[in-house]
Amino acid sequence: MVSTQQAKKEFESAKLYTSVHNIDLEEFYSSGHRTCQGCESALVMRDFVKASGPRTVVTGATGCMYVANTSYMTTPWVVPWMHTQLGAGGASAIGMAAGLRALMRKGKIKDEKINVINFSGDLGGGDMGLGGISGALQTDYDLLVIIYDNESAANTDIQATNLTPYGAQTTFSPTGPARRIMHTKWKKNVAAMLAVGHPNCKYVATACATWPPMDYMNKVKKALSIGGPTLIHTLDPCPKGWDYHPRYSGELGQLAIKSGLFPLYEIIKGEVRYTYDARKQKRVPVREYLEKQGRFTHFIDEDYELFQSKVDEMWNDWEIPGVAPLRGILKLSQ
Amino acid sequence: MAAAMKQNKVYEREELASGTDGVAQAVRLADVDVFAAYPIRPYTGVMDRLAKFIADGKFDAEYIIADGEHSQFEIGKHASSVGARAFVGSSGTGWLYAMEALATTATDRLPVVALVGNRALDDPGAFGVEHNDAMLVRDLGWLVVWVSTAQEALDTTLIAYRVAEDPSVFMPCAVAMDGGYLTHSEHIIRVPTKESVSKFLPRYNLGKRVMHPDNPVSIAPQINEDWCMEIRRQNWEAAKRAKEVIRKAYKEFNSVFGSNYTNPFFDEHMTSGAETIVIGMGTVSSAAKVAVNRLREKGEKVGYIKLRWFRPFPTEELRKALSRAKRVAVIDRDFAHGGPDDGGVLYNEVRSALFDAKNKPKVVDFIAGLGGREISIEDVMEVVSVTKKCKADERVHWVGLRERKTGGTHVSMKR
Repeated sequence: MVSTQQAKKEFESAKLYTSVHNIDLEEFYSSGHRTCQGCESALVMRDFVKASGPRTVVTGATGCMYVANTSYMTTPWVVPWMHTQLGAGGASAIGMAAGLRALMRKGKIKDEKINVINFSGDLGGGDMGLGGISGALQTDYDLLVIIYDNESAANTDIQATNLTPYGAQTTFSPTGPARRIMHTKWKKNVAAMLAVGHPNCKYVATACATWPPMDYMNKVKKALSIGGPTLIHTLDPCPKGWDYHPRYSGELGQLAIKSGLFPLYEIIKGEVRYTYDARKQKRVPVREYLEKQGRFTHFIDEDYELFQSKVDEMWNDWEIPGVAPLRGILKLSQ
Repeated sequence: MAAAMKQNKVYEREELASGTDGVAQAVRLADVDVFAAYPIRPYTGVMDRLAKFIADGKFDAEYIIADGEHSQFEIGKHASSVGARAFVGSSGTGWLYAMEALATTATDRLPVVALVGNRALDDPGAFGVEHNDAMLVRDLGWLVVWVSTAQEALDTTLIAYRVAEDPSVFMPCAVAMDGGYLTHSEHIIRVPTKESVSKFLPRYNLGKRVMHPDNPVSIAPQINEDWCMEIRRQNWEAAKRAKEVIRKAYKEFNSVFGSNYTNPFFDEHMTSGAETIVIGMGTVSSAAKVAVNRLREKGEKVGYIKLRWFRPFPTEELRKALSRAKRVAVIDRDFAHGGPDDGGVLYNEVRSALFDAKNKPKVVDFIAGLGGREISIEDVMEVVSVTKKCKADERVHWVGLRERKTGGTHVSMKR
């Protein structure tokens, strides 16, 4: 078995990408899927498995990246892939990691490092499977859970989840004369919540597949080399669900980060490092991000202002901006 | 006996064991690779015992305390998918909390073995036995077998792995036992040696479907209407093939361990020449056999069949065995509200098996022992008496019910 020590060493000498030119050309998520034009979740798939390489086993929880990806006999997966149930992402990773560890220890299969990765969507990972992912992050198995978040149940008709942003139109949260804003929940802070509550977990990161370049893939490499259970939460612009022309996926991802709406960070053994520090940059007004998407066309000035005030609060008032809202939501009694 | 056991080294020792202890011994002897636990009465004893084996260094496996039964059973399923032998278990509503994972373990054709310590389905709360929990997987592609002693629990768990992992079967197997009556009662069992178990139980090999980087397969993609029929059909064929595999497994089990399982699917007690045959599953067999013995002493032609394998259902074998009688009394430790003729689950399975019989006995249903209520020797004697006396349309009787309500008749409760 590859020890945690050895894994740590690999992280130190991390074979991280330093230029887009040294990213491997070989694809392990190839043709055969039927995801939409401009689908960033498909990029999340392609890039994580490129970064993890061929000695990888993957489970995918039910979601658009199951239904759109894996039609029978046209699989895009070059590595072993298996479907798991909507809320079973964390458990599936535990099962595989435990099975492989037992078989290696008992000499029933070759002792080597095999990356165990589950991906779950915002509905599967952020809502239904949250308990199972929590269970996975409590183990000492080497595994990675990726919550690919396109902010809706994008396979079943674009329904609101608890990771759908405030006010967004979905088929569960339409707008109408009686209720302009149906979805009144603020986006659940999943990555930070999981980071705070799981002392065994040495690596939690947020990411966007396209920007900054290589950032996401390098985070996958770090997660897989640090040892133990790890988590990455990605924000995936979705032309179908967010209602915009597919050519703007990359731009929207950038705007979500540059506006400060989606904080980009990694938490390594409890230390928070911003991979785009919105405190030090002039933040783009959130309105520039929102008004490019059809799901927010019903917004009026007060909605934009509310959004901006929440983002400002996050960066100005939180104890650890974007991560720990101790001064934003929770307050310490004096 | 002890000397003989030592000589051929089939058994390592005798010990006092509960039903769950019997299963735990089998899991250890089967060299299970991964087991996942979550607490619920009354199955939990098996996990307590396995955890202690790990703590004492007597068993080498990955042991996971899951965050709920859904995760627990998904862990078992995915461990099985990478080629690890997996064990899980639950009871009652816990078993139902895992239902989605149970369904997909079967449709993924992964040979996980699970213990169901039968328990009533809350609400209102009841810890005692009812068979409805295990029965809920009866149509999903699980093999389901009921055991009624700790020794049978041990033996059957080994047989369960052997049958489930047979490449012509590849179906998960539920070993069901009555909560309380067997999970928590003890008797002396013989514990086999690891060497003899390895003679009987080959290594688990998932073959071409194993999840490993050397075998890049995609498992359970979207098939939709294109292939669903064919894949269900394959599963149906596997369930049919399982019967022959079960037969062979018991034959070899007998030869390796010197056991005496004559009919793998059910045990017959004094059925020869019986005009009334009582049939049931699980620990009711103890009371039923004594009742039959007493009635035989009085000259009544009565017998008992203890059904072991519920899935696959031994249709032809039961048809043959039961159609010799004039009357069949089915003891249902389950309910099927609004089912055909308002009978229980086992009743309608048995009736269905007898539909094509040349000689059709009268089949009478007795709903009994729900929520863990005792089914006494006297109850079974009363069952036989009612079966003989009741009219053809008095099909369903509730045993020991407190009050009389409309519909059906009731066997009086005297305790």
